[in-house]
Amino acid sequence: MNSPARQVLVRGNEPTFVRWILISIALLFLSVFLVLPLASVFVEAFARGWRTYVDSIRDPDALSAIRLTLLASGIAVTLNLLFGLMAAWAISRFSFRGKNLLISLIDLPLAISPVVSGLIFVLLFGLHGWFGNWLDDHNVRILFAVPGVVLATIFVTFPFVARELIPFMQAQETEEEEGALVLGASPWRIFFSVTLPNIRWSLLYGVILCSARAMGEFGAVSVVSGHIRGETNTLPLHVEILYNEYNFAAAFSVASLLSLLALVTLVAKKLIEEKAGIRGGQA
Amino acid sequence: MSIEVRQICKQFGSFTAVDDVSLQVGAGELVALLGPSGSGKTTLLRMIAGLESPDSGTILLNNEDATMHDPARRRVGFVFQHYALFRHMTIFENVAFGLRVRPRKLRLSKADIRDKVAQLLGLVQLERFSDHYPNQLSGGQRQRVALARALVVEPSLLLLDEPFGALDAKVRKELRRWLRRLHDEIHIASVFVTHDQEEALEVADRVAIMNQGRLEQVGTPQQVYDNPANAFVYNFLGNVNLFRGRIDDGRVRIGALDIELPENASGENGPALGYARPYEMNISRDHEDRSAIRATIQHIFGVGQVVKLELQRSDTGTLLEAELGRARFGELDLKLGEVVFVAPRNLRVFAEDYAI
Repeated sequence: MNSPARQVLVRGNEPTFVRWILISIALLFLSVFLVLPLASVFVEAFARGWRTYVDSIRDPDALSAIRLTLLASGIAVTLNLLFGLMAAWAISRFSFRGKNLLISLIDLPLAISPVVSGLIFVLLFGLHGWFGNWLDDHNVRILFAVPGVVLATIFVTFPFVARELIPFMQAQETEEEEGALVLGASPWRIFFSVTLPNIRWSLLYGVILCSARAMGEFGAVSVVSGHIRGETNTLPLHVEILYNEYNFAAAFSVASLLSLLALVTLVAKKLIEEKAGIRGGQA
Repeated sequence: MSIEVRQICKQFGSFTAVDDVSLQVGAGELVALLGPSGSGKTTLLRMIAGLESPDSGTILLNNEDATMHDPARRRVGFVFQHYALFRHMTIFENVAFGLRVRPRKLRLSKADIRDKVAQLLGLVQLERFSDHYPNQLSGGQRQRVALARALVVEPSLLLLDEPFGALDAKVRKELRRWLRRLHDEIHIASVFVTHDQEEALEVADRVAIMNQGRLEQVGTPQQVYDNPANAFVYNFLGNVNLFRGRIDDGRVRIGALDIELPENASGENGPALGYARPYEMNISRDHEDRSAIRATIQHIFGVGQVVKLELQRSDTGTLLEAELGRARFGELDLKLGEVVFVAPRNLRVFAEDYAI
């Protein structure tokens, strides 16, 4: 406590005016770059009144975009949840060759630009791509169709659950699971009765981050979607189209849905953090 | 049920954790696996439970080869060092777990489970806590819950890994006496791991002492304490004074001391190590020629019935410890800085092959 380095960190050492200046700068920055844009989305959305707002959202193309977004993110989150669980389980409970490689690979989608991720799928499934001819012969459409959008979403949101779980599960003792094993519990029983309850908050946290990203994804989806209205447009793509058509009120109305989603995510995230903090005590 | 371990070996990478260990535990016996950390005792225990598989060797449970059996099939109760209670379950649910996970055919009815759990919680004196969560209990209480959880399935053998290791000294002492009484009541073959020699000697029927993966000696507490098989065991079982000397034609020479070789020592000529416990040191003002070592009193710790002395040998400068009763201490009227003569009674002599 008494080391010089520690002293600097002790609160209340700076003069009052320094503190106020620092706080003011932070608040100003926050307002200009975060609160103002968010507020403007809602202001613009309601600029032409309630009517226009509701109409823009009830527009068939908008509804179709909502459906596709929910479908793609639903599938992506489910699959990445399963994958994330399995990967975290394998990585935290066993030692095997290539473990570090697997950990790095999981992060890959975070490292590359979403546009490049989209282009990977074009390269694979496009007409001139590796599987393009075969797919065309069998009349399977992936690119510029719903499967492409789903695939791109899965790819981009791949790391979120796994990354959340791996460090958490690595830090946990395996004694509880061994205890259950000795008492005669089956592997499934151990997973559902012992492991899952211990990781549930961390898992939920990963799922929330994953869904937020899945619903908001633009780059990769934009490349593979083909922007077919009412068919392969997700919410972010729909916003872009409306905006490009100078249909600002409608664009902002749809955008407000996405913003609302972000706010809900934020609150959920905060709640889980608090809950997990309380529940983090050791047995 | 009895346990027999035959020539078990286990490697972790290049580290040999357990090296050719054979051990028998009779039905109803309480055996302590005693050794310093890293001596392989926990690994041996985990192999008996089936949580680790041996590289070679056989484990017989009730004379049946169980080396390849799942932990569940071995019907063992295992108590972990850090309790390993299910933290999101109540104490009741923790104890009931072993009964609930049974296949449907063998499962007890709800009422029977409730009775059984209540009975076990009564045994460990925690009936009042059945609705609590593990983090609301003290360390000693958690350990008793862990024990109840292990016993509820009526295991045919009980394994405890450093059961009192994480508790403070007072609770530790209470709990180990309690464990001994419990064992006398339920009489189930038990093995517990400890690095505390006092604990092992006090609680166990027999003590198995391990060092660097090998079993050094097995015997009753009295046997291993009075007749340690080698210098390691002697050293590990209590405070000790070490004398470097030589064996020479049936006699031991340590500095000015020259005595007959004790019967227990192997009499090969050459360098040897002599050991004596602090309470086996005779202290006197005068001495016969070559029967004692000259030393100076450096410290006197005189709290309680036993007075402890720290002495420095005049010849080599090494320190010795001695303990004597308060009465004898008063008789001698010893003073700090005084020169006295020290003679070990009951000296144990081992050929010098152990590096300690």
